[in-house]
Amino acid sequence: MYARWVVTALLVWPLVAAAVVLLVPAPRAKYVALFATLVEFALSVPLWWAFVPTGGMQFMADYAWIAPWGIRYTVGVDGISLFLVLLTTFLMPLSVLGSWSSITKREPGFYALLLVLTTGMIGVFVSLDLFLFYVMWEVMLIPMYFIIGVWGGENRLYAAIKFFIYTFFGSLLMLVAILVLYFQVGRATGLYSFGYAHLLANLGNLGTLAWWLFGAFFLAFAIKVPMFPFHTWLPDAHVEAPTAGSVILAGILLKMGTYGFLRFALPFFPTVALSQTVQMVIVTLSLIGIIYGGLVAMVQPDFKKLIAYSSVAHLGFVMLGIWALTLQSVQGALLVMINHGISTGALFFLVGMIYERRHSRLIEAYGGIARVVPLFAAILTIVSLSSIGLPGTNGFVGEFLVLLGAFRTYPVATALATTGVIIAAAYLLWALQRVLFNPLDKHENEKLTDLTPRELAVLIPLLVCIVWIGVYPKPFLTRMEPAARQFIEQVRPK
Amino acid sequence: MSLDVSVSGDLLLALLPELVLTAWALVLLLLVAWRHQTVRDLRIAGWLTLVALLSTAVAAWWLWWNHAQPAGLAGMIAVDDFRWVTDWLFVGGAALTTLISFAYLEREQLLAPEYYVLLIFATLGMMLMAAGEDLMVIFLGLELMSVAVYVLAGFDRKSPRSAEAALKYFLLGAFASGFLLYGIALIYGATGTTNLTLIGIQVGMGGSGVMLLAGLALLLVGFAFKVAAVPFHMWAPDVYDGAPTPVTAFMATGVKAAAFAALFRVLTEAFAHAGAWQEIVWWLAVVTMVGGNLLALAQRSLKRMLAYSSVAHAGYLLVAVASGRSAGTAAFIVYLVAYTLMSVGAFAVLAAKGRRGESDVLIDDLAGLATRRPWLAFALAVCMLSLLGFPGTAGFIGKWYILIAATGAGQNVLAAILVLASVVSAGYYLPVIMAMYMKPESSDTAHSGIHLGRAGEIAVATVVAALLVFGVWPNRLLDVAKTAGESLRPPAAAAER
Repeated sequence: MYARWVVTALLVWPLVAAAVVLLVPAPRAKYVALFATLVEFALSVPLWWAFVPTGGMQFMADYAWIAPWGIRYTVGVDGISLFLVLLTTFLMPLSVLGSWSSITKREPGFYALLLVLTTGMIGVFVSLDLFLFYVMWEVMLIPMYFIIGVWGGENRLYAAIKFFIYTFFGSLLMLVAILVLYFQVGRATGLYSFGYAHLLANLGNLGTLAWWLFGAFFLAFAIKVPMFPFHTWLPDAHVEAPTAGSVILAGILLKMGTYGFLRFALPFFPTVALSQTVQMVIVTLSLIGIIYGGLVAMVQPDFKKLIAYSSVAHLGFVMLGIWALTLQSVQGALLVMINHGISTGALFFLVGMIYERRHSRLIEAYGGIARVVPLFAAILTIVSLSSIGLPGTNGFVGEFLVLLGAFRTYPVATALATTGVIIAAAYLLWALQRVLFNPLDKHENEKLTDLTPRELAVLIPLLVCIVWIGVYPKPFLTRMEPAARQFIEQVRPK
Repeated sequence: MSLDVSVSGDLLLALLPELVLTAWALVLLLLVAWRHQTVRDLRIAGWLTLVALLSTAVAAWWLWWNHAQPAGLAGMIAVDDFRWVTDWLFVGGAALTTLISFAYLEREQLLAPEYYVLLIFATLGMMLMAAGEDLMVIFLGLELMSVAVYVLAGFDRKSPRSAEAALKYFLLGAFASGFLLYGIALIYGATGTTNLTLIGIQVGMGGSGVMLLAGLALLLVGFAFKVAAVPFHMWAPDVYDGAPTPVTAFMATGVKAAAFAALFRVLTEAFAHAGAWQEIVWWLAVVTMVGGNLLALAQRSLKRMLAYSSVAHAGYLLVAVASGRSAGTAAFIVYLVAYTLMSVGAFAVLAAKGRRGESDVLIDDLAGLATRRPWLAFALAVCMLSLLGFPGTAGFIGKWYILIAATGAGQNVLAAILVLASVVSAGYYLPVIMAMYMKPESSDTAHSGIHLGRAGEIAVATVVAALLVFGVWPNRLLDVAKTAGESLRPPAAAAER
């Protein structure tokens, strides 16, 4: 029973809750939103146990939708999307709790948009009909646009429209590619359908057309990841967005790009994706992302921007892992996707919390605050170490697996990518030193208050995950393995 | 039900919607001759107009419901689903225009109920254009529509801008009519007939000489003027800008729709086998999409922005024309339904917001509308997203259908240009949303004078509801459009039937 309605419930419940949030009096909106996201999380948790670690889709639901065009409502979860769905439902209550005191104007609107965003994000990860996927992909754009544009920082209008137009540009070309696929397969089989399984099974040999189609998908996903040189929207959007917006952007929205590569771009066009040229381009861009992202992060005066650029570097590891196509590297890529959501999410929360107290994100505004806010300092240190990839934290497991797996396919590139870990240590530790340690020489910092119980409630679940995945990643890896194996078989030439 | 239009009884039946509307127009004309002074007279005329339009829609529905089919020889009037569906479209557009006119006419002190009579006559012209199976009927319909709309454009007699718009529209409209008529003359010279089916048969037999092609080219130029396709769009922004806003809404939706409907019929029934026009329409579509969108990007006035955006939308519709076949026609109908709804919605909000012709309402003047009038801001935001073609709205379904028609016809490049043009359009639709939701009010009284009126509220609520419903559940609309699209056939296919 659970298997049949759970995914649909995960999609519908936030929309219902969003309507309720808009109807209740404004001061109660956040309580309703917290309750709704907790229910959403509770609904999704049994997936962890109900999921059978085999390849293929589970928890499927399939209904006719727009019959004249062969569009169906088809959703399902496999070993790739399972974790992304859980990550989404896990981060949402924390985001609501993290916005508790920082969002003061138009609260009902904010929380309603967060809930609509939840539907859009989960929808992207579970859609098995390309029309539905496209709709969800676009639908999550509007709430994020409003979250950045209405509740963002000073330069929010510019950041919001840049974010929107970049993503919109990429996705519309993907739309044309989806339509061309639809007609190609429709003509060949006589069955016009946007179903993922149908398209995948009947693609046949597309010839040079495959290059164009891959290009369109690549552009949409590469902008979202974001890969160098399509990353310029990211620092603006991350910095201007309110804390919850940054957490969701980094934690989940970026994963849509890598998910798109895993689910669509590679399985649909394996010959193109594995051609010499494309391999070289992707690996080079990933490497540039890892090293350039890290170097740029190092010189940022703004802590939030530093984290934003570190995302570019982390996602470079994911892309490298996906393209290396070994079991370890793909599992590692999936794990880095989750880890990045947890660690970077936590970092954004921490920056948001200190910003609420001091109203500055500049690193130089702080110094020596470890003496004033010891709890904050301890947690920031742990999270930073996990982001660097210290053994014993989640970051280590993911990046180590990627490097280990990718070394077999791209030895030189992997060796270079390893420097990315060192660069990460450099920029984060240096930033930690300047924020937490150094002499306490600024007046304003002497009266900072330490974390409140509410803020601890946001951070502790994230810390638990950091340690759990760092020490005992096996439950994650066993659930990923069949899906990763299946992915490699689909893509690798027989 | 088979109707042989050469039999006068059947002809009357086939013309039922037009006859109903004509009768109402005469009744209304008679009425306003006596009563044309007070606001109350204006309201009576408005409600009567709505009744007239409703009964016309019912008449069209009755014929559709009874599966009216043509029989016998090729007549002057078409009897097919395409006609009924476009009739609904014109009537619906006119009804929405009427609803948003109530408050507007009272506010601007345009106390002349003849406004509604002109609106009805223009609608009648549109219906004839879409019904014409003969180039002469199409031309007559076009003139009936145009003359009424010339007057409507200059309806605000006290405003010099309105007068300028009317004059400009009249002069360029006369040019367009001239081109069209000359084209018809050349086609008649080449084929010896003005009947579309008969022309189609001749063209199908390979009889396409230079004269016929020249006639076709002139015909295309005439239609391109009417739909405001680049490079024949020069008149559109000024006329749209100067005319009273409800009239602008009517011109941007109804007039354009009628010209497109006639164009579809002419190209499908008479010139399906000519082939020469595809290349021309392809280029027209490209320059219209690119030109319209780039020009709209540079506008700061909301009304001019909407005017240029309507040029861009003509470009999207031309993609449907270039895709040809029944899918293109069906896509055209779906897109027009969406386009009519969202344009009227946007113009309705603009009409409520503005004063003295609204041409001075800048996009930035909407700043903070969301805090003061949340529902109105929401309505305009939905219209903007729909114009942008965002999923969840009818505009997306329409655009998607056009893309399906284009890629299905192998026009992948045209489809790619269409989506890239849509990305550009985000650059001018989003600032409207941005102003309403993300910028603070300029002063406390910035939005104090907004008055939509009860009728206007009904219109806007209907529009928003329809946009969202069709955006999520378009199945019924798609079925209707599909049968209507298939009912438009080149004569060879008609013979096989």
